[in-house]
Amino acid sequence: MTLHTVSRRDFVVVLTTAGSGLLLGCRVGERSRAATATAAAPPPAFAPNAFIRIGADGRVTLVMNQVEMGQGTYTSMPMLLAEELEVGLDQVQLEHAPPNDKLYANPLFGDQETGGSSSVRAFYLPLRRAGATARTMLVAAAAQTWDVDPGSCQARRGVVTHTPTGRTLGYGALADKAAKLPVPDQVPLKDPKDFTLIGTPAKRLDTPDKVNGTAQYGIDVRLPGMKIATVAASPVLGGKIAGLDEAKAKAIPGVRQIVNLGDVVAVVADHMWAAKQGLAALAVRWDDGPNAGVSTADVVQGLDAASQQPGVVARKNGDAAAAIAGAAKQVDAVYQVPFLAHAPMEPMNCTVHVRQDGCEVWTGSQTLTRAQGTAARVTGLPLEKVVVHNHLLGGGFGRRLEYDYVTQAVRIGQRVEGPVKVVWTREEDMQHEFYRPYYYDRLAAGLDARGRPVAWTHRIVGPAIIARYLPPAFTNGIDIDGVDGAVQLVYDIPATQMEFVRHEEPVLNTTFWRGVGPTHNIFVIESFMDELAAAAKADPVEYRRALLGKAPRARAVLDVAAKAAGWGRPLPAGRGRGVSLLFSGWGSYLAEVAEVEVSKAGDVRVHRVVCAVDCGAVVNPDIVKAQIESGVNFGVSAALWGEITLKGGRVEQSNFHNYRVVRMNEAPTIEVHLVRNLEAPGGIGEPGTSITGPALANAVFAATGKRIRRLPLVPALKANH
Amino acid sequence: MPTLNINGRDVTVDVPSDMPVLWVLRDVVGLTGTKFGCGIAACGACTVHLDGNPIRSCVTPVAAVAGKKITTIEAIGQTPAGKKVQQAWLDLDVVQCGYCQSGQIMSASALVAKNAHPSDADIDGAMSGNICRCGTYPRIRAAIKQAARGARP
Repeated sequence: MTLHTVSRRDFVVVLTTAGSGLLLGCRVGERSRAATATAAAPPPAFAPNAFIRIGADGRVTLVMNQVEMGQGTYTSMPMLLAEELEVGLDQVQLEHAPPNDKLYANPLFGDQETGGSSSVRAFYLPLRRAGATARTMLVAAAAQTWDVDPGSCQARRGVVTHTPTGRTLGYGALADKAAKLPVPDQVPLKDPKDFTLIGTPAKRLDTPDKVNGTAQYGIDVRLPGMKIATVAASPVLGGKIAGLDEAKAKAIPGVRQIVNLGDVVAVVADHMWAAKQGLAALAVRWDDGPNAGVSTADVVQGLDAASQQPGVVARKNGDAAAAIAGAAKQVDAVYQVPFLAHAPMEPMNCTVHVRQDGCEVWTGSQTLTRAQGTAARVTGLPLEKVVVHNHLLGGGFGRRLEYDYVTQAVRIGQRVEGPVKVVWTREEDMQHEFYRPYYYDRLAAGLDARGRPVAWTHRIVGPAIIARYLPPAFTNGIDIDGVDGAVQLVYDIPATQMEFVRHEEPVLNTTFWRGVGPTHNIFVIESFMDELAAAAKADPVEYRRALLGKAPRARAVLDVAAKAAGWGRPLPAGRGRGVSLLFSGWGSYLAEVAEVEVSKAGDVRVHRVVCAVDCGAVVNPDIVKAQIESGVNFGVSAALWGEITLKGGRVEQSNFHNYRVVRMNEAPTIEVHLVRNLEAPGGIGEPGTSITGPALANAVFAATGKRIRRLPLVPALKANH
Repeated sequence: MPTLNINGRDVTVDVPSDMPVLWVLRDVVGLTGTKFGCGIAACGACTVHLDGNPIRSCVTPVAAVAGKKITTIEAIGQTPAGKKVQQAWLDLDVVQCGYCQSGQIMSASALVAKNAHPSDADIDGAMSGNICRCGTYPRIRAAIKQAARGARP
């Protein structure tokens, strides 16, 4: 795959410095040769929109505005374009888009963002239209050349054929002429029954470079004269440097410079080893500031107090409180989920070169225009003087929606001569995250004499990430992400009320984390639904199914998952099956059955996970399956062990030995069953994580009779042991 | 100055003897396919081969590799096992973000080179030191089995 960084600067110059330069279907082993080949390419002859460029040589370049962090976007977006453009995936090369909200904004957010399981949802039609527009113009150019009716021409694999005579012209030959035609406002899209690419398990375009070490992540940037720095920021949010031993650090061979910014110190060196040793030698002393002494218990206390007050009503039908009071049976519970780190495998890093007249940034970002904006603010340079070269992301999960690491690198770069790559150690990364918030939820339900719920209330207490990140979307005091998954409750319950209580605990930075709202809400809802089934002495699948009369897609996935999992079949002692169901703003319906084994000591082994998925129209079924596999394992890590705790204002976890994540020997067998239809596409990157926590918690309940209302499961089971 | 044999070539580097091989490869020699993940041998992203055995380069000082052959992801495709593993990774579309996959492929290649019929337990044993946050484990397991089958005479 070719991945070039385009920018406002001279196209060729940037390619030679930043291009990874491997042509798809044309493997070239050396960077210099690839760069030369690219530099020699003629400028694009035909660029009908910001996503497609076709050269006179027939080269088709697709510009990727959504970033690739593992979710398969650099395959699914090209599939949308190529389907309508009528080219094969083997005929295209890809380029990272530059930051530009005008050209590349995600319509769901209003700026250039990759997140929220949104890429296919947001671009299913726009990219198909972009492809169809280009194809329509190329066909028109051919028809004009031959003086025939465009309706008598057909495009396929980059060639237009005049069907009656068999004459052909390639896209390259047509590019100049097509470029002179007006861009049509309306173009017909292909009928889905004519799709040859969309809906097929096409191979990922990014795999070849990722199996031989040539894929370029931000951390792999190398520039002439580049220094490498590593950093220590205050271990307590809001703390300052009280003292450090600069002379000792400078005595380490290879250490060139110490940059002390007050809240963070960087050791600039010839290589990371010298930088790391230099940082240790600094022996920084910290003034912890106002958050010194804060512990997790303090945060929970604050949330608990806030939960005593009513919140803003996010959904209401009927009079739930009255219905609960008058019900035959009342059930209530408090659920809690902890702070979580994203811990992507590629630690935070950013390379910058700050000059008097401009600033260049090399990094992996889910939000390029914000990265550009912060560099401009820090340097005081106009936006157009800030060039951001995006890269493949070694995991995002929401972490790279923040740009703190870019801000920090630019501040350091301002004080360093020449380019500097700032690389965080894993410890720095784990302890200076933007974490998934701690949430605290109160639920209550009333059951009738047969055990059926007549009313349901759910009060969500937590911060409003949206209010900070996307202020226009924060309306009426409701964090639309924080309540996502809760307000769409698909069960047919006559009276419901969902509330949001905004409660900020500014002791840790928090942000989106692989489905933040649903990842917390689905755990809460589906665990509580299991409690209601238990209170009614009903089978958890049957109990849910009876409440899904008005939600046929939800019922269908539940049936598929239950059947495939062998729900109801006997299991050995110590094992249990748990079910969960998901519907949220992502628009996808999922049902999952997990089978776990709980040891006497409280350890949990997840044996098997069966997930049924209806995400509407599917672009690439293999990538959908891969995302569910990924989401499930991410969810297993979080549900069993995931927890960031605070003591003395400091994050207690530091690396993978004490922030445990699932490994090969612990990963379950995962089966994904797709329910195919042509409904609008739903999101798929995050749901697999959200649905897994409750399936595991419910399976633990089935295996042990213990209802865990605060994640993670394993420490809770061990504490109960 | 230590001389290292990296992917069949002798390279003399001006680095301290306690410097981990990872940073020599990435920051001095310029082979960036080997990744930094944790720095404490807890994640496997930095796995390279030392005389065909997988090691964590982030905790292996250059002094410990003198006279031994280092193979990195950039050259593993030149070994029969590495080639089969890479092909299986392509066939099954194992990768997602891909950042850990250099290390996964190095661990898997070492396993497949020595074990033509790896059991699930063998795979657990060889691969549990390699973390994948994208959770590609089911496909890694399947790809190792496929690569091993392909490796049979």
